[in-house]
This record gives sequence, structure tokens and C-alpha cells, in this order.
Amino acid sequence: MTGRTYGTPLPGMPGEKLAGKLIVIEGADGSGRTTEVDQLKEWLEVQGHAVVDTGLRRSTLVSERIDEAKQGHTLAPTTMALFYAVDFADQLENKIVPALSAGSTVLADRYIYTLMARAVARGASREWARELYGFALVPDLVMFLNARPDILLHRAIMKYGALDYWESGMDLCLSPDRFDSFFLYQARLREEFTWMAKPYGFHFIDANRTPAAVHLDVKRIVAPLYNRAPEGAGRLLRRRANGGAPTETPAPRAASG
Amino acid sequence: MIPETPSPAHGYPGRLLVFEGLDGSGKSTQARLIGKWLQSRDYRVFFTEWNSSDLTADTIRRGKKRGLLTPTTFSLLHATDFADRFERQILPPLRAGYVVICDRYVYTAFVRDAARGCAPAWVRNIYRFAPKPDKTFYFQVPVQVTLARKHASRLKISYYEAGMDLGLSDDVSDSYQRFQGRLKREYDHLARTDQFTVIDAGRSVESVQNELRKELKPLLAKFPTVEHLIHDR
Repeated sequence: MTGRTYGTPLPGMPGEKLAGKLIVIEGADGSGRTTEVDQLKEWLEVQGHAVVDTGLRRSTLVSERIDEAKQGHTLAPTTMALFYAVDFADQLENKIVPALSAGSTVLADRYIYTLMARAVARGASREWARELYGFALVPDLVMFLNARPDILLHRAIMKYGALDYWESGMDLCLSPDRFDSFFLYQARLREEFTWMAKPYGFHFIDANRTPAAVHLDVKRIVAPLYNRAPEGAGRLLRRRANGGAPTETPAPRAASG
Repeated sequence: MIPETPSPAHGYPGRLLVFEGLDGSGKSTQARLIGKWLQSRDYRVFFTEWNSSDLTADTIRRGKKRGLLTPTTFSLLHATDFADRFERQILPPLRAGYVVICDRYVYTAFVRDAARGCAPAWVRNIYRFAPKPDKTFYFQVPVQVTLARKHASRLKISYYEAGMDLGLSDDVSDSYQRFQGRLKREYDHLARTDQFTVIDAGRSVESVQNELRKELKPLLAKFPTVEHLIHDR
């Protein structure tokens, strides 16, 4: 990968080409993201690629503390956004960059996009969020698993029997009713993801379908990264030529001035 | 009747007073004395220090102890800590019309992070949620003086205070002087860009305190005291 960052790079970062590849899978809870990450990891490993997976709230530094703070519902919006930024920076410096330097594929189950969307949904400005996460590496590929809110709701009920406090955005006080709040909050997030799609070069994947159908699409998008010609590659190459490849995406930094 | 108060730039009814300067510049002593003075004159006062939130205190301590922190995570953790205190401790009294005294404010982050190599514009953006204070006192003092005060009080110089994480020098005292020198340069720079009131902190406690009180008088001239509020009921 290029080793390029969206904005100001971190002090002490290599800033040069890295041997590995960074693949990001984004999507709401219930979009089938985690299932797909597992399948993609398996598929890549079978083909002989070393895969390191990463996600939100997995840093050694602060992940436990964030969990604790969320239990008490005590985090105000700016604090929460910054706490997640610590978690992300710690993983970037101590896990993602070393793994990429060593030539591994880093598979990220969510990345800065979810963090930015959440911060903006809670009142932060887009510019603030973009600048804050300017130190993030530009991934080789960002895939967004796109599922309708009613499907997300259905899957949440199937899985947990209820809606999660944070995924419903209850801290925003959009509505005292959790179902209403869920739809209002997901709509806000969707607005942010829709806005980000172009500048950040998202590949949208229809996640209203079965995991198998999603996986097939994902494989088609990922394969060319490793110079492979999978089933249906011809169709894919045409799609990439239409401007889907992240390397052709202008750095958002330039857009923000 | 509550007297008319000129509304400050931040738009909140309270007043935000900030005390900045190197360790050993005397700013904490002066901040406390100002707090006492204001309370004695019936102002509602709220006092807050840097790095005191329960949320991140453990993480910062553990991170420092085990050497887990990089300049970026160091910076972001302190920003998280500040945001937590700002949203829960500083903003409410400011909105309720208190005089909020901050022993260190965002400028401490600006100078420390810059000295550790973080991009200043990036750091400034992070703290954009924090309003500009009504008054920022910068206690300017030569690094040598702060070192002498440290030695005189027999306080040990801490690892991070000396900037040992930067590898400037293996000798604590030497590293301290270099690191604090960097901080001072950053402070001196901010004093111009952010309109600090520069206080010559090399003088006696009393003479500095008198100057501060004089400086604050115009700011508090028409500011309501507790008495005003009670009589208004």
C-alpha cells in the first residue's frame, strides 16, 4: 500500500510505501460485517496471505476503560469521540502499521468512517472529525455493507432480542422510545456514510442478501488487489475502471483545503 | 437587581480565567490565592486542574508507567481527559455564571504536544470545542529559576516532566532543561498569537498577586456576586 495518510501524518510514522494491504469493511451492526470479516480472513489465509484483524475498541491501552465508561453511560459526545480516537491511534501505531510493514494484510472490522459518522451524528463538525482522523492511513479498499434499517432491526432482534443502547443512539435523546431512536439515529449515520462514499472511495455492497451472496461480491472486489482473476473478474475490472479503485480517489485533505 | 454584564466572547454568563506556565512558575499558588480572594468577595468560584478526571487518570498512569504512550496517544488521551472535564466540570459552572479558574487549559496541551512533535494545527483542531478564556495569565520565568525552585523544595523531577520519553538526554536534569526550554519557547510564541497577559513570575508571591488582582478588576467590575443573586429573588 501507499502509506499515504488523509491529512497530517503522525510523528514517527514511516510515511513510505508499506508492503502489506489494508482492507476495511464498514457497516452498521447487523449488516453482516463480522460474519464477512471472518469469511474473508479465511479465504485470504487459504490463499496464503497472512491476515491480522483489527476493529474498534481493541487497543491494549484503552479498550477496557471505554467499555467501563459506556456501561455507566457517562460519556459526553466530545469525550467519547476522543476516547475512540485514542483507541484507534494506539492500534494504528502498535498493530496496523507494524503488520503492514511486515507485509501482512490488515483486515479492519470498521475503521475511522464509523467513528467520524458517530461523532458527526452527535454534533461534531465534519471538518473537526476529518482533521482529527487525518493521521489514518488511506486503505487499499473500503467496502461498505449496505443494509436497510428494517433489515438491521430484524437482525438485531433475532440476535439479541433487543436493541443496543448505543447502536440506537439513546445518548442523543432523539426519542425516549428505543425503536424510534434507532431509526432516527441510523438515518443520521446513513447520511454521513452517504456523504463519505465518494471522497473516501467506498465500494457499496448490497447487504440485504444472504452472507454467501455478500461474500461472493467481496471476493470479486478483493481479488484484483492480489492480482488474481476470480470468477467474474471481467465484470469487476469494468467496475473498477469506472472509478471504484481507492488509489484513484483524491485525498480528502486536498478537498478540505 | 443583577447588574448588566458585558457579554464575553464565549457567550456564557460566567468568566473563564486561565493560569498557564511552566512547572515551578508559581501559577498554581497564584491561582489558589485568586480563588480565595474572589470567594471572600462573594463571587461564585469553581476551580479545576489539568489531568484530574477519573475517566482517564488510570490509563494515563498505567500508560506512562509501562511506556505504552506515543506522542499521539499521549496527546489524544489528555484531550479525552480535558474533554471529559470540560463537558462535565467546566461548562456547567460557566453556563451557571461562575468564575471558573483553570490551573492549566488547552495551551498546556498545545505546548507539550508541539514539544513532542505533534503537528500544532492538528492539536489545535482537536481542542476547537474549548472557548477562548476571558483572561489567560502566562507566568513567564526562566527555566533556570524553575529548576532552582524544584531543587530548593527537594521535589523529584518526574520522567515526563523532564521529557525523558523524547530521548533528549540521558541525564534527568539536562533533559529537564532542554524539554522545559522547548515548552517555554512554545509558550512565548502562544503569548503573542493567543493574547496572553504575561506576568513576570520571578518576583515575590505578594507582588505577583497584587498585579493579578489589578488585572482582574475591570473584568469583574459589573459581574454579579452571590449577594446580587440573593437580593434579586
